[in-house]
Amino acid sequence: MNQLIISAATEGANPLVPNPWEMLVVFAGFAVLMFIVVKYVVPMFEKTFAERAEAIEGGIAKAEKAQAEASAALEEYKQQLTDARAEANRIREEARAEGAQILADLKEKAAVESARITAQAHAAIQSERQAAVVSLRTEVGTLATTLAGRIVGESLEDDARSARVVDRFLADLENQNAGAAK
Amino acid sequence: MPWGAADGFSKQMLLVILSVVIIAAFFLMAARKGQLVPGRLQFAGEAAYGFVRNGIGKDIIGGKDFMKYVPLLFSLFFFILVNNIYGAIPLIQLPTFSHVGGAYVMAGIVYVTWIAIGIKKNGLKYFKLATVPSGVPGYILPIVIPIEIISNFLVRPVTHSLRLFATMLAGHLIVMIAGSGIEYLVTQENLLLKGASVLVLGGAIAMYMLEALIMVLQAYVFTLLTAIYIEGALHADSH
Repeated sequence: MNQLIISAATEGANPLVPNPWEMLVVFAGFAVLMFIVVKYVVPMFEKTFAERAEAIEGGIAKAEKAQAEASAALEEYKQQLTDARAEANRIREEARAEGAQILADLKEKAAVESARITAQAHAAIQSERQAAVVSLRTEVGTLATTLAGRIVGESLEDDARSARVVDRFLADLENQNAGAAK
Repeated sequence: MPWGAADGFSKQMLLVILSVVIIAAFFLMAARKGQLVPGRLQFAGEAAYGFVRNGIGKDIIGGKDFMKYVPLLFSLFFFILVNNIYGAIPLIQLPTFSHVGGAYVMAGIVYVTWIAIGIKKNGLKYFKLATVPSGVPGYILPIVIPIEIISNFLVRPVTHSLRLFATMLAGHLIVMIAGSGIEYLVTQENLLLKGASVLVLGGAIAMYMLEALIMVLQAYVFTLLTAIYIEGALHADSH
């Protein structure tokens, strides 16, 4: 090689003048390489890259989906829990109100009942008393006239007269009572 | 014989063909299985492919149709990378692009590509967009337009190819000169001169490391510039 350099320099050959055969070989070699690269190497690498990106992105997408599903389920459970709590509160509140209502109703009913019983008793007493007064009055009248008739010895069977006597007697009695009360 | 001569099959041609075989075999094997969880080979292939696809294609060209240009950028990067690295491998020791023909071809392919993209995207108006910068006062245009034409359409492919060629040739020459220098010094009778070869060897190793770095860097720079040219052609109306 040293020989070549020296000889080339001495022969005055210009290093900037190319050898056409060398140019042809370089061109042909590069063309073949380009062909192989375009036809096989780049498509194969790109296919691998695309598949890899697909695999990674697919995995990420899957994980994201699972995450979303999990959080949705959690949200749902939380919602259900809140609903259940609200429901329980509502039921408790209702029961309390109902109990109070029942108590009030019972109280009212008892009061009404007792009032009714009291009134009934009053009425019964009143009517009994009335009846007693009426029957007493006739009985006392009859007794008194019978008694008086026996004592007087004369018949007081005459109704008009006996009624008058009884009335007078009763009036005296009342007057006497009134005088004693004074 | 190395430059200009057109006689027969050379080592350089063999290396070019070999590079195609190496790159194609490696990436076909790496990409073939296409497992979601990559093995070691597939991972290496994906990292290399992703470096060009995302690090150059997506970052520079961007948009939603950068994928159209990824095969070109990918092929360019690894074709140039492998052909450069030849220069750092003992016994091979020949970066293919230290012969200017290859560099012309690569820059030529890129040149045709980005102009075609520009015309396809913007129609013939592309040449106006590419040479008449917007927002420049009218009286400066007679100066600016020729400069733009020269820099975009004439100088660009030349620098694009010569940058690659020159760095490879220079690195190749330095390592070769150091090699022959060591050989010369070691064969001297004088012990001091013999000893001096150690210094040259140290320098040669340092230069070799630097060259290895530049080989990778130039492959990257060439591909990066390609992406920038394509991006410029795609968005000529906004530049």
